[in-house]
Amino acid sequence: MRRRVAITGLGVISPVGIGKDVFWENIKKGKSGISFISKFPTDDFPTKIAGEVKDFNPEEFIDKREARRLDRFSQFAIAATRLALEDSGWNPTEEEKENTAVIVTSGIGGFETLENQFRSLFEKGPNRISPFLIPMVIINIASGNISIFFGFKGPNYSPVSACASSAHAIGIGYRLVSTGEADFAIVGGSEASITPMGIAGFCALQALSTRNDEPEKASRPFDAKRDGFVMGEGAGILILEELNHAINRGARIYAEIVGFGASDDAYHITAPDPEGNGAVLSMKRAIKDAGINPEDINYINAHGTSTKLNDKIETLAIKKVFGEYAYKIPVSSTKSMVGHLLGAAASVESIATVLSIYEGIIHPTINYEEKDPECDLDYVPNVARKWDIKYALKNSFGFGGQNATLIFKKYEG
Amino acid sequence: MDESTIFEKVKKIIVDQLRVDENLVTMDSNIQEDLGADSLDAVELIMALEEEFGIDVQDEEAENFKTVGDVVRYIEKRL
Repeated sequence: MRRRVAITGLGVISPVGIGKDVFWENIKKGKSGISFISKFPTDDFPTKIAGEVKDFNPEEFIDKREARRLDRFSQFAIAATRLALEDSGWNPTEEEKENTAVIVTSGIGGFETLENQFRSLFEKGPNRISPFLIPMVIINIASGNISIFFGFKGPNYSPVSACASSAHAIGIGYRLVSTGEADFAIVGGSEASITPMGIAGFCALQALSTRNDEPEKASRPFDAKRDGFVMGEGAGILILEELNHAINRGARIYAEIVGFGASDDAYHITAPDPEGNGAVLSMKRAIKDAGINPEDINYINAHGTSTKLNDKIETLAIKKVFGEYAYKIPVSSTKSMVGHLLGAAASVESIATVLSIYEGIIHPTINYEEKDPECDLDYVPNVARKWDIKYALKNSFGFGGQNATLIFKKYEG
Repeated sequence: MDESTIFEKVKKIIVDQLRVDENLVTMDSNIQEDLGADSLDAVELIMALEEEFGIDVQDEEAENFKTVGDVVRYIEKRL
């Protein structure tokens, strides 16, 4: 017998603000967090724009000595966890901490540290490499650090699937709580890859928008003039809690998580299967896992990257799963405002989805100006919409063809 | 270089790396117990000292460093 899983705490560090409230206010308004990259000179880069987290001071969240030993992606993860815990109003007992899983991940890990240390290696030699290099860079260390900082002793690991990483993390955390392996799970993702190597690497893939003259308009999922994704950074953390525990302590229940499906395209390292079949499998499995029919879904938070291929094929896949009903489901992309947070994308977008359910408002897909004949669904263009969501579906697709879909449900007692 | 000059340089490195209040760093302060360094901090500290003073510190020698004073006196001897 599966236990029900409530979402009771949300923590966000994003290009449109730090903390759930600022984030939500801004994405409801349709505010873009994309601007010129300020962290390093971009003269030689074809792409000069990104969604940076500009006002983040790690020392507001972490002791300054500890902060120095953490890459930016770990700092984001710990800060977002702190915000989520505060938001949840949960003061865990020692026993509860023992039963709390932490499944937090990243797509890339400590890129900034890696680049700095690489420079040391070439300039000063192998004896000048920091003892903190490895423990700052490895992807699982954000999750490990959360346990070290907050004392959680349940299962702790980090599923890695590029841009779907945190969708898998949330799905696994949901399974752990629903099966009873843990009573609580801290789940989500963190990413800080707006670095010279990160931007250059995605430029080389020709995956990034080069709309440098209009940064705020560059991320335009499903629009006919989209020309690639815009990299974002930040973290999203959700607190999952066994439903009865949440009820008994009088917690605010944002929504329930009721379904998780995953698949692989088995097609190409970066390009999606042109038939969208991997995405179809992932969505169908999540719907089956939730024990519902496709027609029960009445909101989709898309992967919606703003690349030519993703948006076209995600649209196709949605139509394959939902048939004619697809045209009646509002579909929006959080990436239109925050950019693509890679391994943290699904976590921040899941927070947007959960808040949409809780408030009965769908945030818009901004920069939607011109219809692409191959993207013909209702993308909630430019303006937020009042909408009573019963079940929301969240898609995430990663390089390697790795897909994950989550289903959230309105909590109705 | 005299002892107080070396101490000031060592203190600056310690404050920078361990982010401790500079008043806490005296010749008598124990690097692990008083300043809170763990084994990884110690490795990093030695590397910074090697770079600052242009010396090589062997691991066996570094194991004998307990206080800031131990480090300062060692460097004074080596220079």
